[in-house]
Amino acid sequence: MIHARINGIRVEVEEGTTVLDAAKKVNVKIPTLCKHPDLPPTAACGICMVQLKGTDKMIRSCCTEITEGMDIITLTPEIVEVRKTVLELILSNHPNACLTCARNQNCELQSLAAEFGIKEELFGKILKNLEIDDSIKTIVLEPQKCIKCGRCIQACQEMQNVWALSFAGRGLDTRIAPAADFTLVESPCVSCGQCAAYCPVGAIYVYDDTAKVWGALNDPSKHCVVQIAPAVRVAIGESFGMESGELKTGKLYTLLRRMGFQAVFDTNFGADVTIVEEATEFVKRLTKGGGVLPLISSCCPAWVDFMEKFHPDMIPNFSTCKSPHEILAALAKTYYALQLNIPPSSIFMVSIMPCIAKKFEIHRSREMFVSGYQDVNVSITTRELVRMIKQTGIDFSSLPDSEPDHMLADYSGGGTIFGVTGGVMEAALRSISSFLTGKPLGNIGLNDVRGLKGVKEARIKVGDYTLNVAVAHGLGNVEYVINKIRNAREKGEEPPYHFIEVMACPGGCIGGGGQPRNINDEVRRLRINGLYTDDSHCKYRDCHDNPQVKRLYAEFLGEYGSKKSYDILHTYYRHRKEYKSYRETEFLGESE
Amino acid sequence: MNSYETLPDQLSTYVNKWKPKKGSLVMILHAVQDYYGFVPKEICFVLAKELKVPLARIYEVLTFYHYFRLELPAKYRIAVCMGTACYLKGAPDNLDAIKENLNIPEGRATEDGLFTLEIVRCYGCCGLAPVMSINGKIYGKLDKKKSLGILDEYRQKETDS
Ligand code: SF4
Ligand code: SF4
Ligand code: FES
Repeated sequence: MIHARINGIRVEVEEGTTVLDAAKKVNVKIPTLCKHPDLPPTAACGICMVQLKGTDKMIRSCCTEITEGMDIITLTPEIVEVRKTVLELILSNHPNACLTCARNQNCELQSLAAEFGIKEELFGKILKNLEIDDSIKTIVLEPQKCIKCGRCIQACQEMQNVWALSFAGRGLDTRIAPAADFTLVESPCVSCGQCAAYCPVGAIYVYDDTAKVWGALNDPSKHCVVQIAPAVRVAIGESFGMESGELKTGKLYTLLRRMGFQAVFDTNFGADVTIVEEATEFVKRLTKGGGVLPLISSCCPAWVDFMEKFHPDMIPNFSTCKSPHEILAALAKTYYALQLNIPPSSIFMVSIMPCIAKKFEIHRSREMFVSGYQDVNVSITTRELVRMIKQTGIDFSSLPDSEPDHMLADYSGGGTIFGVTGGVMEAALRSISSFLTGKPLGNIGLNDVRGLKGVKEARIKVGDYTLNVAVAHGLGNVEYVINKIRNAREKGEEPPYHFIEVMACPGGCIGGGGQPRNINDEVRRLRINGLYTDDSHCKYRDCHDNPQVKRLYAEFLGEYGSKKSYDILHTYYRHRKEYKSYRETEFLGESE
Repeated sequence: MNSYETLPDQLSTYVNKWKPKKGSLVMILHAVQDYYGFVPKEICFVLAKELKVPLARIYEVLTFYHYFRLELPAKYRIAVCMGTACYLKGAPDNLDAIKENLNIPEGRATEDGLFTLEIVRCYGCCGLAPVMSINGKIYGKLDKKKSLGILDEYRQKETDS
């Protein structure tokens, strides 16, 4: 243990703690800009300067370890001057475009400038004319607003191991860009959106699709339907001053109806169907040699994109099941359309997701048009929905609860935990157990696959089988699992796992790139608990027990894994290039 | 035809020698620039694969040091058309003559930095075939003698100035 003082207050912390974290422990706030709690320090900005008492020595608190006997002062007129200068220098390279910026009112730089009362520009402006890159239509890169904190680089390179973004140039010429000045759509970017979630300013943000939604809602020829992903319900409250992890399902249903949607569905139902299909697929591979093992989950489009670009040798291992929102959309434009006698051409499906990659997924391949039309017309993120709510003037927090349109909305506990890392695995194992042994999985709550550890491995007994499973979240953690499979394959050994779940975002969808900002592990945990609570309150815990799922198969699809299921609910994969020229980029149909 | 798709022997020996050493990327990039007079993008792709380094990392290094050049640096860029029409009307012979005269293969700069040589596909003025361009200026109905004569004109211009 280290003993030190901060502004005279005694503090005791573990060795290796930074000055910044030690200060936090005794509730002393030091301003930060480049440092994010999830990411290692880049020490790029210098706003977190503090002083060693009795000396002139200034140190950056975010990257300096506190040592025995240190006496730190965080506030003197001199320190404030230094911090102000840091801000003034940053502002001298930053456009004054707050009013029209994507981050107006939730920008970390804007807040600091306000807190420090920066009123005039002491240094002349030096602005570079750098082009906006909105080529990929999922995230937008506006390099002129970049303050070079390096968070996005850490997210893209270290956390996600994609390396789509990098620093180009040095000094005043430094800018954020894909390698060799490829545009984002030509780069390996998988649209996970983590860069946009971490950027403190408006230099990387989500491509805005809300206008398309308003357009459809105001078009009387359209039958507008909507679905919400599991992770949205435990995070959206944060944007209206409520606690992380509080369930807002009923309010969301009411809200969406008031916004003008004619039917309100729930992606959790789609998740239930996904599991029924995926568990069937798994059992077939396990017992009948119907394909290779391990089976790898495919419900995260950023992960699918990553695999297609970086690990195409794993294509045969991928589950062919579509992701839940695609499954639900395909069913809306076939099953629901048929039942209600509405032409699928007039149905406009909006999916509300924690996820940015879904914006790409909705036209990633022909199978996403199985109804004959683009199955999901527009996918918007939680943050975009928040913006729409604010535009309507609806007071979200006072909305009453209401019911969805049950036929594509009722869900099991297995469906709702799809939004957390380990949840797909757990839901699948519940059904696999029933399918293999006729009995439900005894100890519901598979603690080995829960939690925030980057890679979770477990051995689970199901009847006569012992299943080895692995769960990874954050694409940077995938390598370990993939290498294990590859090594075994090269040596001709048995595969090390039977089943693998991967979600691209840390924590799973609850930590998605499109969720309300200010993410850290504490917030992740609260959101995760929210979904496990939802699970434990569900009448049915296993996806295949959901009566609406049973009805769907009885009335429409036939058996699990039937030909019809395959036609509507499954998809296929192919090798995609990491880098490509614009001509080679694949967009099947514009999102309307 | 593209000469950048594989590493020439000289470079690949060098890369293999230094590959296992940490921090060898900068040295390897230096060797590439020494060889070509600049660092061609295609070679970076090859290096990324060989060294198992992301392309983004290579470009972070390349753009950090002003020393590295990402474009052919020479004063006069010769682009010889090898489109169908030019090809049939004798472009390969012209190209060989130019290569021999400049003593470089395509994709490289001459030692004095005066010329670079590239191959292009069709300028859309096939009536003039075979053609080449120098810094965008088109020269048509070429033969070996005429081609070399044009190079000499440029050399002359250079000594005059
Ligand atoms: S969206 Fe993900 S993959 Fe794309 S640049 Fe951002 S962090 Fe990298
Ligand atoms: S784009 Fe944003 S996150 Fe990336 S370096 Fe610039 S300011 Fe930081
Ligand atoms: S917050 Fe410490 S240097 Fe930026």
